[in-house]
Amino acid sequence: MSEWPILTVLIFFPVAACLVLPFIRGDRAVRVFSLGVGLIELLLALPLLRFDLSASGYQFQEKAAWVPQWGLHYHLGMDGISLLMVLLTVLLLPLCVLCSWTYISRRIKEFHFSLMLMTSACVGVFLALDFVLFYIFWEAMLVPMFLLIAVWGGPERRYASLKFFLYTLAGSTLLLVAMVAFYLAGGTFSIPELSAKSYPFGFQCWTFLAMAFAFAIKVPMFPFHTWLPAAHVEAPTAGSVLLASILLKMGAYGFLRFCLPMTPTASVYFAPLMIAGSIASILYGGFVALGQHDMKKLIAYSSVAHMGFVTLGIFLFTLRGLEGALMVMLNHGITTGALFMLVGCIYERSHSREIGQNLGLGKYLPAYMGFFGLFALSSLGFPGTNSFVGEALVLIGAFAHTPWVGAAAVPGVMLGAAYMLRLGQKLAWGEPTKAKAWPDLNVREWVYFAPLAVLVIYIGLAPGLTLRAMDPTLTRVLDEFRRRSAMAAAEVAAPLPGWVVTTRSELPASDPAPVLPR
Amino acid sequence: MEFNVHMVLPELVQLAIVLALFLKSVAKSSKSDGFFARVLPLAAGAGMVAAGFSLGTEGILFWESYKIDGLSQFFKFAVTLGFTIAVLNASSQPTLEPEKRADYFLLLALSALGLMCLASAVELVTIYLALELSSYSLYALIPLRGREPRAAEAGIKYILFGAAATALSLFGLAYILAGQHSSYLAVLTGRPWTWAAAPVGVIGLTLFMAGFFYKLALFPFHFWAPDVYDGASNETAAYAATLPKLGAVVILIRLAAMLTPGLQITTVLAVLGAASMTFGNLAALTQQDIKRMLGYSSVAHAGYVMVGLVAASASGLAAAGFYSLIYVLMNLTCFWVICRLATDGRNLQLNDLNGLYRRAPFLAFVLAVAALALVGLPPTAGFMGKLFLLSAAWNRGYDWLVVVAALNTAISIYYYLNLIRHAYTVEADGDEVTPPLPAAGGAVWGGVLAGLLLLLGAVPAPVFKWAEAAGRQLMP
Repeated sequence: MSEWPILTVLIFFPVAACLVLPFIRGDRAVRVFSLGVGLIELLLALPLLRFDLSASGYQFQEKAAWVPQWGLHYHLGMDGISLLMVLLTVLLLPLCVLCSWTYISRRIKEFHFSLMLMTSACVGVFLALDFVLFYIFWEAMLVPMFLLIAVWGGPERRYASLKFFLYTLAGSTLLLVAMVAFYLAGGTFSIPELSAKSYPFGFQCWTFLAMAFAFAIKVPMFPFHTWLPAAHVEAPTAGSVLLASILLKMGAYGFLRFCLPMTPTASVYFAPLMIAGSIASILYGGFVALGQHDMKKLIAYSSVAHMGFVTLGIFLFTLRGLEGALMVMLNHGITTGALFMLVGCIYERSHSREIGQNLGLGKYLPAYMGFFGLFALSSLGFPGTNSFVGEALVLIGAFAHTPWVGAAAVPGVMLGAAYMLRLGQKLAWGEPTKAKAWPDLNVREWVYFAPLAVLVIYIGLAPGLTLRAMDPTLTRVLDEFRRRSAMAAAEVAAPLPGWVVTTRSELPASDPAPVLPR
Repeated sequence: MEFNVHMVLPELVQLAIVLALFLKSVAKSSKSDGFFARVLPLAAGAGMVAAGFSLGTEGILFWESYKIDGLSQFFKFAVTLGFTIAVLNASSQPTLEPEKRADYFLLLALSALGLMCLASAVELVTIYLALELSSYSLYALIPLRGREPRAAEAGIKYILFGAAATALSLFGLAYILAGQHSSYLAVLTGRPWTWAAAPVGVIGLTLFMAGFFYKLALFPFHFWAPDVYDGASNETAAYAATLPKLGAVVILIRLAAMLTPGLQITTVLAVLGAASMTFGNLAALTQQDIKRMLGYSSVAHAGYVMVGLVAASASGLAAAGFYSLIYVLMNLTCFWVICRLATDGRNLQLNDLNGLYRRAPFLAFVLAVAALALVGLPPTAGFMGKLFLLSAAWNRGYDWLVVVAALNTAISIYYYLNLIRHAYTVEADGDEVTPPLPAAGGAVWGGVLAGLLLLLGAVPAPVFKWAEAAGRQLMP
């Protein structure tokens, strides 16, 4: 059992299932099969419970030579950050299958094919410890997501899917350049090894900017957010859920995994910019959400605001901030995923996402409204729900960092309350209602909301376990970061001979292309 | 060096194919269907196996003008691989009269033979002869498309451009001889190539390279590419778009091995590469005809190959060689689908792909893989090729070229994605006639090609090691 390659299995089981999928006949059989795959994937994740909560390093590591000429390795590993993200991803696959049970009525096989490929790629992103492997998974999820939006999306799906694809790809091309630069500067593609080296300040600056551009688009941070509302509104429910719950987290994950460890000095240098961007996201997302009358758009803009809290937490460089950021990542995944499912649910009844077409549900769909109320409260960070923990931690960190940063973020919380309560009020008590003949939640819908609701309350009331899972890793990341940025700060104080020169002089002896010019 | 038959085995097999086809074309027997559909691909496959076995052989022949080394054998393998696929692809060509078949394949095989010789030629006049052998056959191939006037036009364009470029090349050859007093690459390698030390040689080499830029369709020698692709039959375009590029790349690799970063010629290469990829990608954005689009895309890909050449390091040359192999594979895959879909041999427009997922789901998948590989998206081989190119070129003095190449990927995604978009997300019009599903063989070979692209993306190491060995031999 100790040799069981648990991470590889987690990544490639859905891919293997995709190979079987074309041979399954019948729509219902495809759905049942996909649900089964999701549940088995969930079971396959059970060995992750052996995760040692007190250890700060990578666990369950797997490493094999891949392209020895270029020093590429097939290297997987899991720490506290990736543990939570992977669990979230794996949990969402069966729920996505369930919430598409009746929503998706054509090209069902292809739909589930894309869904499973997405899951594989997402799990892969969080587990890869080789830069190239990471990049491969990072890009591999673009195509299934593009198809999810472009094939099963709403009327503007063409525009939205292209915008999504072009935006994210434009960001990741620069990530590719940064990756190549790191390879030549550090002599390896291995993420842990690259993170242990230090680089000259000039080099850090532009690699930070290249990576931050890619991650900021993915997060998305103001002003790179414009693809998100379009993509969210047009995507089918499952697509929106994956987009909100997992894809956005990859940007934040990238900041944690690459920017902080590899470019600590540049992170400090650019932190004011990133903090400003985060606060802009929080306030802008909140204000724009306030004016929406399309439910999905409203939640999409609220995502921009929530992700602003995440990047804010990361660039405070305090343990509370990082804990908060990771908590918000996790909780936003749970809550916003559930909210998108709720919108999909009501869309199947009213065939409209307009708030005005879905008024007064409270009397006729009490169970639906109950769930909606819970997730809406969670989204606005009501004490006792999961999001409160994360946002409170970020705010504590922000006030500890600089009071005015915290003060600037606080209106975001109030805005959250304003737009969510306004939405909830109209849905529950608005007039005139059309909901008289609509059925309340059925068993299938109960089944996929219940686990998320349990998580909302569990993490809200007892966040201890989650915090214990992430703390050792975050402490390690932060200690490393502090040590190296302090070290590098001394270096910055000394005059440097210029960007290009320092970049060159830093080439190690084991340069993989040691061919000297003739 | 002793002459040894096994050293030139791939060429001999190819020569045997040429001779057999020559006899066939003279005999003019009418019952030749089985021959072109079965025997010829098998023979081409045998050539590929021979080339595979000869990987790793070394030697120098014919008064030191013909070198068997890692590079030549790698490219011969690539040529035979491409030739096999091209023959399979062209075996049932709708726009080719049956009586011209033997001649068609004779010219095709002859052109491939010329490319194989090109891979080994290390003396300027030999290079020139091999280049002409491969080009002249191709000049005659382009217009062979039924009674299509556009094909004739394409043929004339190709030969005129070709003649002009070849003249430039010859002119350059004369200058090199005058300036550097040798036509042997081995001698030329030791000579200085700076403007200050050898201005005549630098001009000569630049002009000589122009002939190969034309073959490669590098900006500004690219004007023929879209028109020729457009005019020639789908099957001929598949060949003309892929294999001749191999011949050009192999010579450019040999010539680039003489250069170092920072030389004026290298800078010219870098600038042309950047211009080529940017122009090719921008021009491809608006194309509706798939073959024209691929024509401009090949201009862009010629630019990518330059990234490896200007690195002037073993890994750079290896990456360029590897990338051109991948390029041949992914383009042939794309053309494979086009040829299967255009059952009447017409030019396909983007709209012809509408609803392909419903009509031919497997071919749609193959096309998607090829398109993603052309973009350079993981997990396809196109990504690995591009990654190696960019890694090799970084910190070699042309970092800006790497950034330009990466940004170009973002531009190019739009039109490649268009292929996938039309195939998967746009529904066909109701009145459109559903073409019959391709014969099982067509889908199977398409699947093999797509599988190769994915496989080389997942495990590029076994193939890349040959390219790497070739690069190390050139620049130890």
